[in-house]
Amino acid sequence: MVNHTVDSTGVRSVSSSLSDSLLVNSPHGLYCPPGDFYIDPIKPVDRAIITHGHSDHARPGMGHYYCSANSAPLLAHRLGKDISVTPLDYGTVSDFRGVRVSLHPAGHIRGSAQVRVEHDHQCWVVTGDFKRCADPTAEPFEVVECDVLITEATFAVPIYRWRSGEAVAAEIMDWWRGNQATGTTSLLFCYSLGKAQRLLAELGRYTQKTVYAHGAVMPLYRIYQQQGVTMLSTESTVDLPRDHDYSDALVLAPPSAHRSSWMKRFKRVSTGFASGWMQVRGARRRRGYHRGFVLSDHADWPGLIHTVRQTGARQVYTTHGHNEVLARYLREQDIAAAPLSALHQQPASD
Amino acid sequence: MQHFVQLFRSIDATTSSNAKIDALVEYFRAAAPADAAWAVYFLSGKRLKRFITSRDLQLWARQLTGLPEWLFAECYSSVGDTAETVALLVGNEQTGDSSLSLQQWLENRILPLRQLEKAQQAQAVKGWWQQLSITECFVLNKMLTGAFRVGVAKTMVYKALAQVTGLPQAVIAHRFIGDWQPSADFYRLAVDPEQRRSDSAKPYPFYLAYPLELDPDHPDSVTTGNQLENRLGPTDHWLAEWKWDGIRGQMLHHQSGVYLWSRGEDVITHQFPELAEAATQLPQGVVLDGEILCWREGRPEPFSALQKRLGRKRPSARFLRQYPAVFMAYDLLEYGHLNQRNQLLAQRKQLLATVLDGLSQPSVFRQSPPVAFDSWPMLEQLRQSARHYGVEGLMLKRLDSPYLSGRKKGDWWKYKVDPYTLDAVLLYAQPGSGRRASLYTDYTFGVWQDDELVPVAKAYSGLSDKAINRVDNWIRKNTVERFGPVRSVRPELVFELAFENIAPSPRHKSRLALRFPRIKRWREDKTSREADSLTMLEHLLAEKANGVSPLPAASGRIASPDQD
Ligand SMILES: [Zn+2]
Ligand SMILES: [Zn+2]
Repeated sequence: MVNHTVDSTGVRSVSSSLSDSLLVNSPHGLYCPPGDFYIDPIKPVDRAIITHGHSDHARPGMGHYYCSANSAPLLAHRLGKDISVTPLDYGTVSDFRGVRVSLHPAGHIRGSAQVRVEHDHQCWVVTGDFKRCADPTAEPFEVVECDVLITEATFAVPIYRWRSGEAVAAEIMDWWRGNQATGTTSLLFCYSLGKAQRLLAELGRYTQKTVYAHGAVMPLYRIYQQQGVTMLSTESTVDLPRDHDYSDALVLAPPSAHRSSWMKRFKRVSTGFASGWMQVRGARRRRGYHRGFVLSDHADWPGLIHTVRQTGARQVYTTHGHNEVLARYLREQDIAAAPLSALHQQPASD
Repeated sequence: MQHFVQLFRSIDATTSSNAKIDALVEYFRAAAPADAAWAVYFLSGKRLKRFITSRDLQLWARQLTGLPEWLFAECYSSVGDTAETVALLVGNEQTGDSSLSLQQWLENRILPLRQLEKAQQAQAVKGWWQQLSITECFVLNKMLTGAFRVGVAKTMVYKALAQVTGLPQAVIAHRFIGDWQPSADFYRLAVDPEQRRSDSAKPYPFYLAYPLELDPDHPDSVTTGNQLENRLGPTDHWLAEWKWDGIRGQMLHHQSGVYLWSRGEDVITHQFPELAEAATQLPQGVVLDGEILCWREGRPEPFSALQKRLGRKRPSARFLRQYPAVFMAYDLLEYGHLNQRNQLLAQRKQLLATVLDGLSQPSVFRQSPPVAFDSWPMLEQLRQSARHYGVEGLMLKRLDSPYLSGRKKGDWWKYKVDPYTLDAVLLYAQPGSGRRASLYTDYTFGVWQDDELVPVAKAYSGLSDKAINRVDNWIRKNTVERFGPVRSVRPELVFELAFENIAPSPRHKSRLALRFPRIKRWREDKTSREADSLTMLEHLLAEKANGVSPLPAASGRIASPDQD
């Protein structure tokens, strides 16, 4: 599938001029010098391995994209049909100039992947965003043993401990039923890629009612549907007349639609937000939603610690969110750990 | 406790006052009287005498979870509240099998903790935590450490009880005022529609005035004679009095004794023995509303003198001579054991004059004199000069107003002197609590002393949400040092602060203290070099010390509205 040939001399000269680090920080993002590719780069590069379809990981302008097979349609939707993508099957090893690369499920959203990079008897794993809770819409997280682990740390504080999606969906059902009794529309805000589909699948345990969604959610919903994910049937508000009666409906929308003119079509509404941040009362109140539901697609504190231990990594780098907290805690547990910014920095070349 | 936790959940899940009141009504309808008594107790802001501290909770939670201190501090900084942080760390996913009622929790479990040693307290509380869900732990922690502030105003509780009992809200408020012990009997009496007030040791709910808007940029601003005329109509419907800079109080003389209550619903009889003594000369069955002031040579002493009095439970004779107090009466709420609050102000004033005239003179009971004025522009001028007399401005009361309860618009207005202002530089910031736990909203400000900035005031952000976010962002980017939750920042942002008063304070580095400092606006047009200096504040202090002028002589009779 990957048609790079290994130029052993070239590789050697690149890697020796940098360091022994298999991955390094560079102005364009996380870079593999011997393999000459980037992971979730932040600026345009030739070869980009993309962990998943969220916009802080999958950015436009890359010469060539590599991602999991289930992630490819999401990338095409977000970045344009004309991007050049090579889909990789989970667990299948590809060769990048002698560097062995494989993707493994991260459990974050559909198609999300960890990237395993192996070279010269060294094995690194980049988790990308991941979670350990069950999610009927995402391929379940796979533990990948490694020497060096680069892990996300979005919710790396012990107050973040998640309940199951099933339990949170039951809470949402209660809220929805309570609103129905008073003719109030239940307007639930959530990220349109991943969270919305997870909710539609989890709620399917409790109801068969049709759910409505903001236009931004629909194309992603259809991609999940095409991949055989079972979800509640969902209609777009765009396809309905403006005076449609939503008085007993549940409507999903991205946070950007909160307080937008799109909301005017609903008469009485109760607003909710489904996110890990809703764990804290102060955060619930500050965002101005009536209800907060604690549902995250990232690992919670126990999930992070457990995962680090399971991989057996002897060196850990942490990124996103509370990365310093996680690194310090791991060091106190005698695991070498540092924020990702401490990883070897490749000087800017051009 | 399940029902109470459910009530908390419902209240916490909504921002609408009506929905909160509905939840309260539903709770009180179903609750056993003893549980309801405890619920009112906590929801109306009362707290157990503190015997378990936030520090205890933190320590026990760390023992239970094995978290190091620094990691607990990280948790706290994400949450902003110890009770909540601990609950999130120790609480279980599943609801505990807690069949105990709220009353049983308190009387069989929580209150007996007082008799225990710390180690036993720790063992008991840790044991409970292991049985309870996160929300249950949160409610328990709040009851243990006091302050149960959960977005319910006392008035909502009273409103709900009024709905449940059919009694007027003011009656409910009155019955739950002051110090009471939660019990089934107390609650039954308090909500009993048949029960009537007799000889009580409790004050009436205070009637509080709204301020007239003084910000000239505000659409409702009232700062000129014309605006007063438009807002309040003809002058002869109104009584003006000085707004005294003391503390509001009610003096009760009943058969059971004399009681002096502060507006904060504390009994302060012991702090003011000379007032209590003199009150025995009042006829029995009388309740006066007025201001407690330190008074010397025909004029009020600065508020700081009164503060000294408030701090002494058993003042010596010498102390009493040093800071002599008076009760400046301005209303009469009960006379001859009869409630007078529905009488018109003019009639209550006449009755008040009769009562006070009957005392042997000179008395520590004085009648707050009417301020004579015959036009609104004249009144506005009197307001401007109020500072010279050591008062905070004027009170305007409609002569035909009844004595209402709580803060109501329309009949009574505060017409305060303009606050002092200064431009100060932001020095330190720390996160707020509750709703604003993750934003830097509590600020410390400084002014120049030579080339150094000296802290002079702390203020919570009075800024718009948008500005708060911008300042928060700026603080994070311009932090110089961190001390726990506090950050010192580059001394660059200038804010205009308003404050009510200034007093010497040897405790502070600046040697002075500002009263009620608050942020008026963010002076984005100013650099820190343009901020004010300590010298400016010292001049202000010296000016005040140099004297308050005697008050202009009282004059004018109070016209009864019946006569025109
Ligand atoms: Zn993501
Ligand atoms: Zn991410």
